[in-house]
Amino acid sequence: MSSKDRILSRIRRAASGPDPEVPRDYLRVHAVRTPAERVDLLAAHLTDYRATVHRTDGDGLPELLARLLSRHESVLVPPGLPPYWLSAAGPARIHDRADSTPAALDRVGSVVTGCALAVAETGTIVLDGGPDQGRRRITLIPDHHVCVVRVPGQVVDSVPQALERLDPTRPLTWISGPSATSDIELDRVEGVHGPRVLDVVLLDAQ
Amino acid sequence: MTGTDLGMPAFPPFPEAAREAVHDEVLRANLRHATHTIRDKRARAVAELDDWDRLRAAGKAIKDHTLRHLDRYLLQLEAAVTAAGGTVHWAVDADEANRIVTGLVLATGEREVVKVKSMATQETGLNEALEAAGIAAYETDLAELIVQLGHDRPSHILVPAIHRNRGEIRDLFRSEMGRWGRPAPEDLGDDPRELAEAARLHLREKFLRAKVAVSGANFMVAETGTMVVLESEGNGRMCLTLPETLISVVGIEKVVPTFRDLEVFLQTLPRSSTAERMNPYTTMWTGTGTGTGTGEGDGPTAFHLVLLDNGRTDTLADEVGRQALRCIRCSACLNVCPVYERAGGHAYGSVYPGPIGAVLSPQLRGTANPIDATLPYASTLCGACYEVCPVAIDIPEILVHLRERVVQGGPVTREGVRVRIRPAHGHTAERAAMRAARLLLDRPGALRAGERLLSRARRLRPQRLPGPGRAWTDTRALPDVPAESFRDWWARERKAPQK
Repeated sequence: MSSKDRILSRIRRAASGPDPEVPRDYLRVHAVRTPAERVDLLAAHLTDYRATVHRTDGDGLPELLARLLSRHESVLVPPGLPPYWLSAAGPARIHDRADSTPAALDRVGSVVTGCALAVAETGTIVLDGGPDQGRRRITLIPDHHVCVVRVPGQVVDSVPQALERLDPTRPLTWISGPSATSDIELDRVEGVHGPRVLDVVLLDAQ
Repeated sequence: MTGTDLGMPAFPPFPEAAREAVHDEVLRANLRHATHTIRDKRARAVAELDDWDRLRAAGKAIKDHTLRHLDRYLLQLEAAVTAAGGTVHWAVDADEANRIVTGLVLATGEREVVKVKSMATQETGLNEALEAAGIAAYETDLAELIVQLGHDRPSHILVPAIHRNRGEIRDLFRSEMGRWGRPAPEDLGDDPRELAEAARLHLREKFLRAKVAVSGANFMVAETGTMVVLESEGNGRMCLTLPETLISVVGIEKVVPTFRDLEVFLQTLPRSSTAERMNPYTTMWTGTGTGTGTGEGDGPTAFHLVLLDNGRTDTLADEVGRQALRCIRCSACLNVCPVYERAGGHAYGSVYPGPIGAVLSPQLRGTANPIDATLPYASTLCGACYEVCPVAIDIPEILVHLRERVVQGGPVTREGVRVRIRPAHGHTAERAAMRAARLLLDRPGALRAGERLLSRARRLRPQRLPGPGRAWTDTRALPDVPAESFRDWWARERKAPQK
């Protein structure tokens, strides 16, 4: 008998008793909010977890990004990033090629991406590997991540609403503030292995 | 330490281990500070959600429903993972899981792996098995790194190095890091920020060159084959994204039916665990992404999922004890437990310490050895653990159930076979006392005579019981004998004229 068959037959002998109906009476959202309130809550919760939040509109975006990137010599750029976003930025643009090694990407200081959506109640941005986000590793290795969220369209209230809009077959990364640890005396320290600086740009796309 | 003796009789029974631990003042101070901090923060994070009780009930029901149809959901999961380019392996026990993983690593030609914190691989003793095969396994979670550098054992589910303070960690980094890779700076201080920076630099070279990673998972979604890992530091993302080969060892109870079910646990787990609205990073991946092409070329090109039984199906066979399989490893029960706070995690002699460990370890491993037979007693039954549990595991109920099994013996399932275990040694006197009590309580005349005799001789009451009763009074004060029994008092009062 294979291990698979053995485990399955043990389960069939062991599982018994009632089969509960899952109660789904928990809340889909925890408050009714206007789009503006939703964006404000996202900003407040991102700030709580030490992300730096900026607000701008389409006209101001290139200059804001240029300012945020000014300390870096190079920046990673996902394949489908709208070109005008970086039209005023100085750093050399590096593309993530199939043969780029992690060590090579480690020499790049920053990365600019869009996102799939953002969750206001938890202060979370979600990446799904879309063209303006690129592969997961480019938002992981550089020490600085600038993430642009189009508001209010990309902002949902809650975790249940976020899952409804996401495609589970895509590689998903949920980011709530910069990398952190509480492993030393349960004292929270920002910045371990992921990007230590997270700038979130709320781009007014109305 | 090898896989098979992990948590086995090499460890002293809980009362002995706990007695030592409670006299360690540094340990007690470290634990008190840490557990109290997180306790208050958790309460605030939970209070933010008005529907907490409903989320808790839903989480419980999702897990119970899944366990009821575990065979079906595991098969569905296997099909989905395979369709997405992954390979699924099944391991009956720890040895088989270790053999599978070791074989997979050797087949890649690599001799080192990076690891994401995983309870399942600690349970199987995978690191030791890999070492025996000439493979170096590097733990990358900061607390796991501290434990590994110190040749220490984890003492908390979420923060395995909770028993170490910053000064101890600095000393450890200074003396040990250089032996495994990039050394810590000479002038390393004890500020957590500096310590985290030292770990970042030490591990970075390992992440960038790693070809193979080993992980666990918090959830596996049956309908889509999606694996979910919640973490804080980014070491998880490094291991799950950069290497070419990813091997995940996951307990069979970690499956949930649908992607939507995550909406419950992604709200309850972070708040229960680190007291955050959301943990910094959560990674979700489906096979190698080749099934639909949506994730192709992003992340590992080979993905292996090892489904681990190792006592879980035996636990499932116990109608009371099976609720422990709902556990999502948040560790809230450890942080509120008065016994854990004082005894620390090592006293539990298992990778699963605290209240959940006291019910999980004896079920996964059986109550045959002394440590597992004493674990159901490592509790005051105060119920704080049940109160905070995000999947409503009634830990006190299981503790009492397991105590009954230890004392009385009875039917259990071991390795899939229904057997009868005999009462544990050391409880003979207790059973004799219970028999005597039954005899006495059935005969009111004898009881009255006995009570009067005791009252008259109350000045002679010893501090401790002699003979077989001695063990009982080791940890308890013998109650005072009243001058008059309740029954006599009642009879006298009732006869007295009403005022």
